[in-house]
Amino acid sequence: MENIGALAILLAFCFAVFSVIASLVGKFARRPFLVLSAERAVYSIWALLTVASGILIYSLIQGDFRLAYVAMHSNRSMAAIYKFTSWWGGQEGSLLLWSWLLASYATVVVYRNRRKFRDMMPYVTAVLMTTQTFFLILIAFVASPFQVLMAGKGIVDVGDGQGLNPLLQYWTMVIHPPMLYLGYVGFVVPFAFAVASVATKQPGDAWIHTTRRWTLVTWMFQTTGILLGAGWAYAVLGWGGYWGWDPVENASLLPWISATAFLHSVMMQEKKGMMKVWNIVLISTTFFLCIFGTFLTRSGVVNSVHAFAQSPLGRYFVVFLALGISATVYLILNRLDYLKSEAQLESVLSRESSFMFNNLILLASCFAVLWGTLFPVISEAVTGEKISVDAPFFNRVEIPIALFLLLLTGVGPLIAWRRSSIESLQRAFLWPLTGGLAVAASLAAFGVRHVYALMSFMLCTFVAITVVLEFVKGANAIRAKSGADLLSAMVELTHRNTRRYGGYLVHVGIVLMFVGFTGKAFDKDTTVDVKRGDSVQIGHYELRVANLESGQNENYRWGILTVGVSKDGADLGTLRPERRFYLASRQPTSEVAIRRRLNEDLYVNFASVSDDNRTVTIQAYVFPLVSWIWIGYWVVLFGTIICLVPSKSRLIWPRTEVVGIAGKHAKVEK
Amino acid sequence: MNNYIKFGLLIAAILGTLAWLAVGGISDTKTYYKTIAEVNQMGDQGKEKRLRVAGDVEPNSIVRDGRNVQFTLAQDQLRLKVVYSGVDPLPDTFKDGAQALADGKLGSDGVFHATKIQAKCASKYEAKPAMQKPAGVRTS
Repeated sequence: MENIGALAILLAFCFAVFSVIASLVGKFARRPFLVLSAERAVYSIWALLTVASGILIYSLIQGDFRLAYVAMHSNRSMAAIYKFTSWWGGQEGSLLLWSWLLASYATVVVYRNRRKFRDMMPYVTAVLMTTQTFFLILIAFVASPFQVLMAGKGIVDVGDGQGLNPLLQYWTMVIHPPMLYLGYVGFVVPFAFAVASVATKQPGDAWIHTTRRWTLVTWMFQTTGILLGAGWAYAVLGWGGYWGWDPVENASLLPWISATAFLHSVMMQEKKGMMKVWNIVLISTTFFLCIFGTFLTRSGVVNSVHAFAQSPLGRYFVVFLALGISATVYLILNRLDYLKSEAQLESVLSRESSFMFNNLILLASCFAVLWGTLFPVISEAVTGEKISVDAPFFNRVEIPIALFLLLLTGVGPLIAWRRSSIESLQRAFLWPLTGGLAVAASLAAFGVRHVYALMSFMLCTFVAITVVLEFVKGANAIRAKSGADLLSAMVELTHRNTRRYGGYLVHVGIVLMFVGFTGKAFDKDTTVDVKRGDSVQIGHYELRVANLESGQNENYRWGILTVGVSKDGADLGTLRPERRFYLASRQPTSEVAIRRRLNEDLYVNFASVSDDNRTVTIQAYVFPLVSWIWIGYWVVLFGTIICLVPSKSRLIWPRTEVVGIAGKHAKVEK
Repeated sequence: MNNYIKFGLLIAAILGTLAWLAVGGISDTKTYYKTIAEVNQMGDQGKEKRLRVAGDVEPNSIVRDGRNVQFTLAQDQLRLKVVYSGVDPLPDTFKDGAQALADGKLGSDGVFHATKIQAKCASKYEAKPAMQKPAGVRTS
């Protein structure tokens, strides 16, 4: 079995190399059959990798512990679903998942464009398959998932495996890695189109139009992945946080930030023909940050809680990144003439300039995260001393950045294109600003003294009011004509320009998340040792530790604490935090109990129990507003989906005529 | 005023503020990675800087005393006494023989006063590229 899997991977590798060469040779030598066969190779790679993945999954579920991968990541007593998720539970398997997802994306791209973009497609295929080749080198020669444990080590029989890390045996962890990977891998596609567009000297934005949905969907996957991770950390790890600025978390955030910048700046290119080079740079940055993120998790370069074991993979990634970045930079510099901007920035008070500042800020925040993440590496190289910076550094830099972005979120959509007058801005911002200030003032009157929190709530109100006003204004215009009621006028409005109003909804979601993040400023926590029957006070809550039950199943031993909760004397029922000890991995975990409400969460962790079973340590937290992060996520998701719905009326942008250098060269390539 | 100058000034102001924040953030939170050998030789210097020391928890060295936990970190033949007095309970993975990272400062008594402990169990065990960063829960 494992030989078939290994063979499939090897064949896939050969096909990928062939595909790269054939599509490029076919393009230059004008041999359409070679291009076609390169595209067929893409389909075959998908089939081969599906077989390899299928065999790995089968071995995991069957418990074929002869395989090193299975023995390390699966065991007999795990539920079937976790046996399946062990596919991406370790280094080798997750690389295979990466590769398989890339193959799937490539197949869809090649199939959908089999009759379109004939001039660009050979390059698209080549870029996709070069990336594929790289990952297949890793899987075939460096980190094979089909390594047999027994081979040459004198091991005769492996009775049972070590099992998947118990912390990962949780439902969000089932879908978090694939979501994140769907995001990571997905950015290869717009990048491939961007490269193809530059390589073929296309003057226009064809690559942006074709990949707009890809980028959005990919962005959505990545947002989902990040939020699932945050939600998992919150519900499982027992410290009540959802983000810790760990290198691996940062690795997922970096491409997300640059992709967000890209999603905004493409509008400039579509509507004004500006920022053409910039957009190519942004999507390339996003792609390389995705590869970099994968590298960061696997190389052991930076100490991380989540990193895979140290491995020799790092060098391969460095080489791939160096080659890829140099090639991209060379290509862009070589084609600068074809990417001339069609318009100039005219005024500081204009939509264009707000987009520019949005990009500047996003990139600055991306750079700050990158800098902080790599600080140990940089400082070691420069001063010889390894110095790390922690969460406080990131919070200090990123919180002001985030607040400024929030401000732009409100300001940007209201400023006119080209230039805006002060008077029109005063008119547009009168109500939002008044509302924001009113909220901040009343919070301050109620004794809130946290400056950032006040600013954040003010800006959240500000943005929310601007968005509502936009909807109402547009809907009223429709009502004036058709006489429909407000709600259906809003639906009609959204349907007419889904991108714009979907985008506003995404902004609302982000605002809600910010409300949730700001709640962090008001956390309360306590850690106490209590005897059974004793009470703990936290905020308005009183926790009464009642009894402790315990037991054992084949996977773990458990103890469940029953905690009676009352608030200001009123009984609110019980919470039952649990503590488990997983037998296979000999690791304890806590299953926290959370009472989720819109205003605040009560979060109780059963941290430990004394040897005589009398005293228990519990950690209790009150987290105000956390739920709004998850609600905000659903709004973001909804808004993104709206953006994906085709607009009812095709809008024609008043766009400067393409003349001059770009127009001239448009005919060169035939 | 020329548009270029306006944009230039704005951009410079923004980037300048961020750079200022970043520099301040780094000098406030930087932590030096040191080996036990280096810590033992540091003398008074070690009392000012925040340090991060790695080593194995010496078996049978863990003594719990109320909220404080004492143990010895070992690397080859070298030993370092550590007192942990942080707020958070120690991670589940902290036990005899575990690899641990201690963050804190060296006291004048030569004992390392840790405010944060991260531990990694010694078994060969990998975690996923997931997001998790508790006050010191190492899943590997």
